[in-house]
Amino acid sequence: MHTSTTFQPIAPRPAPVNTEGPAAWIKSNLLADWKTTLSTLIVGGILLWYVPQILSWALFKAHWAADFNLCKIEGAGACWGVVTEKYRAIIFGRYPFDEQWRPLVATVLLTGLLVASCMRMFWRAWLPILWLVVLALFFVLMYGNVAGLSQVDTDRWGGLPLTILLASLSLVASFPIALLVALGRRSNLPAIKTFCTIYVELIRGVPLISVLFMASFMFPLFMPQGVQIDVLLRVLVGITLFAAAYSAEVIRGGLQAVPKGQVEAAATLGLSYWQTQRKIVLPQALAMVVPGIMNNFISTFKDTSLVAIVSLYELMGAMKMAVNSDADWRPYIMEGYFFIALIYFVFCFAMSRYSHWVETQVNKSKLR
Amino acid sequence: MADTSTPSPIITFDKVNKWYGNNFHVLRDIDLTVAKGERIVICGPSGSGKSTLIRCINRLEEHQQGRLIVDGTELSDDVKAIDAVRKEVGMVFQQFNLFPHLTVLENLTLSPMWVGKMPKKEAEEKAMFQLNRVRIAEQAGKYPLQLSGGQQQRVAIARALCLKPKIMLFDEPTSALDPEMIKEVLDVMIAMADEGITMLCVTHEMGFAKAVADRVIFMDQGQIVEQNNPHDFFNNPQNERSKDFLSKILGH
Repeated sequence: MHTSTTFQPIAPRPAPVNTEGPAAWIKSNLLADWKTTLSTLIVGGILLWYVPQILSWALFKAHWAADFNLCKIEGAGACWGVVTEKYRAIIFGRYPFDEQWRPLVATVLLTGLLVASCMRMFWRAWLPILWLVVLALFFVLMYGNVAGLSQVDTDRWGGLPLTILLASLSLVASFPIALLVALGRRSNLPAIKTFCTIYVELIRGVPLISVLFMASFMFPLFMPQGVQIDVLLRVLVGITLFAAAYSAEVIRGGLQAVPKGQVEAAATLGLSYWQTQRKIVLPQALAMVVPGIMNNFISTFKDTSLVAIVSLYELMGAMKMAVNSDADWRPYIMEGYFFIALIYFVFCFAMSRYSHWVETQVNKSKLR
Repeated sequence: MADTSTPSPIITFDKVNKWYGNNFHVLRDIDLTVAKGERIVICGPSGSGKSTLIRCINRLEEHQQGRLIVDGTELSDDVKAIDAVRKEVGMVFQQFNLFPHLTVLENLTLSPMWVGKMPKKEAEEKAMFQLNRVRIAEQAGKYPLQLSGGQQQRVAIARALCLKPKIMLFDEPTSALDPEMIKEVLDVMIAMADEGITMLCVTHEMGFAKAVADRVIFMDQGQIVEQNNPHDFFNNPQNERSKDFLSKILGH
């Protein structure tokens, strides 16, 4: 007998809920078989041995007061007194002590601007103008020589304000350069393509230290008599060009991943080259390389510490100078390093989290 | 019916040749005249140059010899000529080529707003009109990847129609689709064919060819081997090569 059946769709059901409690999690993840149990025991043992020691050194036996004699006592832990004593010199470098409210205000302004620039509600036409205003304020506050402020030359700027200034300006300036260079390397015009390729290969071929050296010591030799460009500006240009070359290659990778059909579709719709890049290619390319770009940004932020080589004392240089110049505190420079490591970490981690947020934003169109 | 001597040709190929690299002669002495409002289906084995042929019409590919005149403008390296031609020519691709980072509505309004300098509101109204025509207006706020293949292709057709083209090029519009979705796309194309727009369609959908084509062109090895009205082409192919091809695609 041949019978025809009607199609009966099965109603969709929710996915099974994971009802296992912590005990079940431990059993399946930490004590599943003898191998996992053994590694759990070994790793657990190491943690049990070291964590209390680290905590004891860093917290329980540590001395926080600015008195180095306390740290000399046998069995004393971390000597955070070095930070209590030197924090202003670490954070503001050689900036005149009585004037340090100026870099403080300038840094708060610039950091506030950076944070605001990361937020969607501030992405308005006036944001670039705000940047110019804040940067002008930053330089007026730091340099002075107007409105009753005493003059402080750029070679005395240092510490965290210098780090943030170098990092933010070089990142903001390097990004558009990187975009243009990445597009240039894919250009059909041979002169532009060659120029961009040579630029990237030259910069990538040398360490940042030598770029800074050239910016600082060799560049002035080529300048006409009497023309002087501030060392801070030269170093800033050096870091910017260096960061741009690396970002350009990351962006170029993203450009290559945009299918050719996208450009063809844009062409059939009559879009010009720049309209196509701006509206179609770059949004997709940049969305793909957010992790790589942020990687470069973070690494550039930390690379600013290399400017110490040309006698600019940013956060790390300022810390070393502050602690090393004082024989009583010099033995406790390790604690100084921990302190600035914490500052670097806070900034880099914030950038990392921001990158994560940007990724979720740009990938919205891929959600089903 | 196919009458190539109809006055006012909108596309003229005159001994057009094209090579990929030095050795691959992809278009060989193509002579073809397309009348205004004519609906042409181009078929042939893969690698026969049929996609390249229609991609020359809006200069996604450059021809190297011969003359190609589209709507009174001869195609050359002159950017203005290319822009002028592209204003009149819409194109639909096998892989849809929708912009995945833009919503369906933004895909449609992009060119009217940025190239045509149309105010946003007007562009959106016209876009919704086209989306209604392809019966997909309710998806306007979604992103392309959230739609099925058939829906995406219909959006792509609506996007091309937003520019009010005189000529529409279809490059295997249904080849990337599941069988169940082919019909919804073909239905939209058949409806378009009734509106007098000049259509060139690379496809193996012979049912579509029979239903709407004025002329079927069969290509092989970069040449136009045979062209005829659909009835005669399918029932009485003249060339050995076309017979062989038809027996393969209609044979099962």
